[in-house]
Amino acid sequence: MATKDVLGRRGEEIAAQHLTAQGLTIIERNWRCARGEIDLVARDGDVLVIVEVKTRSGLGFGHPLEAITTGKLARLRQLAASWCEAHPGHWRSIRIDAVAVIAPREGRVTVEHLEGVF
Amino acid sequence: MALGRTHAIALAGLSGAVVDVEADISSNLPGVVIIGLPDAALSQARDRVRAAAVNSGCGFPSHRVTVNLSPASLPKHGSGFDLAIAVAVLAADGAVSAESIDRVVHLGELGLDGRLRPVSGILPAVVAASAAGYRTVMVPAANADEASLVPDIAVVPVASLRDAAIWHGGEFEPEPVEAIARPAAPAPETAGGDLAEVIGNVDAVEALLAAAAGGHHVFLLGPPGAGKTMLAARLPGLLPDLDARAALDVSSIHSLAGLPVGDSLITRPPYEAPHHTASAAALVGGGSGLIRPGAIARASDGVLFLDEAPEFAPSALDALRQPLESGVITIHRAGGVATYPARVQLVMAANPCPCGQYGARDSECSCPPMARRRYLGRLSGPLLDRIDIQFRVARITAAQLRTAQDAPRLTTADARARVAAARGAAAARLAATPWRLNSQASGAWLRAPGMRLPPAVTVDIDRALERGGITMRGYDRVLRLAWTLADLAGADKPTADHLGQALYLRRAIST
Repeated sequence: MATKDVLGRRGEEIAAQHLTAQGLTIIERNWRCARGEIDLVARDGDVLVIVEVKTRSGLGFGHPLEAITTGKLARLRQLAASWCEAHPGHWRSIRIDAVAVIAPREGRVTVEHLEGVF
Repeated sequence: MALGRTHAIALAGLSGAVVDVEADISSNLPGVVIIGLPDAALSQARDRVRAAAVNSGCGFPSHRVTVNLSPASLPKHGSGFDLAIAVAVLAADGAVSAESIDRVVHLGELGLDGRLRPVSGILPAVVAASAAGYRTVMVPAANADEASLVPDIAVVPVASLRDAAIWHGGEFEPEPVEAIARPAAPAPETAGGDLAEVIGNVDAVEALLAAAAGGHHVFLLGPPGAGKTMLAARLPGLLPDLDARAALDVSSIHSLAGLPVGDSLITRPPYEAPHHTASAAALVGGGSGLIRPGAIARASDGVLFLDEAPEFAPSALDALRQPLESGVITIHRAGGVATYPARVQLVMAANPCPCGQYGARDSECSCPPMARRRYLGRLSGPLLDRIDIQFRVARITAAQLRTAQDAPRLTTADARARVAAARGAAAARLAATPWRLNSQASGAWLRAPGMRLPPAVTVDIDRALERGGITMRGYDRVLRLAWTLADLAGADKPTADHLGQALYLRRAIST
């Protein structure tokens, strides 16, 4: 596995822990379909939360949240629809969140969670 | 509360309006949105401010930043808002004191490295800030001289965004940078040489003196090589220094036109000589977006010289009629309205015909009469009617050259003293009126019982009026010019001689 994928896995793990601590329930991780992949799917009460996790080991190439472009958001929105198709159920609303994880090789990990970024 | 508010100035013409710059940081994906009618250059502040903040080490929030420029309905132009936007964002981020930035007006463009670049129009902007009651203004170091010309307002020159943040209480280590300088100002032109260089043409020099003393518009007609351009270029030198208000206006327009102002107000009258291909918009001002001052505004309180006047587009010349009368030019465009001063002294020069030789003693005109008529016919009657002095300049002959070389000639310094004395006499007489120059006095006032000249003096122009040689407006203009000639001669009142001279100076063309 490439270093960046290891970092990504670690970031998703940290993000999942952070969200769980916030009171969300993780339903699914790394759900894939033909259109792409959802990092985390969670439940916040009766709200479905689609989570995009961005992990960086430092700020040398900018803040992780800066890497979430409008194109990426549009794809996440389509992925949310695909997930709902594949998992019938009733939700009050659907939300897209972004989680930034800055995980340096040594030192403190910072997590930033933005709700409803779309 | 992730909100920062500061102030900047939006200029429309010479008047500026205070713009509140607010920055809000909201919990959303990173991005900068600028709202409140920015133009293209101002919209790009988004990227300049971000890069400048990061590169100067102040940091930029990794959330959504919304910048609002209010009043939101006022169109805003240019890059001068960069500094205000940057400090508002830093204050919203908690990096600098929000109270501190709220008291200060910020002007200046940011480079990507975080240094501040000078902007044009600093002088009118600082005047507007001062008029709006602000006591402190922060400007790029290169604009400090210009901003300091405005009294009663503290100027804080800064070289970089980092310095600005430190001034506002940001906890950053000072990091000295080399301030971006303005390109060096070209040496001020000595206005067109000395009057003593004009040889022969004593009449023309006297006509020029009268123009300078009374503020009369001048039309010079003569063959090529008669010295029309030479005479016109010497007129600004004859005018007295600008008073405080005019100096501020002239310097402000200079600043707005992007020219360096330096560390003192401009005190000499400006001189503008646009080429005859100039459009109406070039003469009176205009442009899409920012409404730029035209030649007539840049020449305000000075001399506007139109060489080869019949070659100008008639529509461009006629656009000057209204500002010549009112002394201001108001330009309306889709994006807004701008008003500039237009108190010019107009000097026009023309050849008498397309070949230029008509009326010259030494060569023959090859133009058919119709071409001649058409040529000067391009100058509209209403425009010529506003010109008090219409003078024919002749080429000097070899004999004149020889005799004139030894004769004493009037220097610019002496002439300026005579003009100043004549203007002083006129100002004393006009003290109770809103006017300062003879050319501004109304005809009704000149013909009122207190000022009216005895019939024995005015008999010549009365007869000219009777015969239809001059119009009523022309009559008043002759009176004004006669008063100027009397002031120049040191007389209390014009004599029949002065009226005769005035009539001659006015009617030199129409014969």
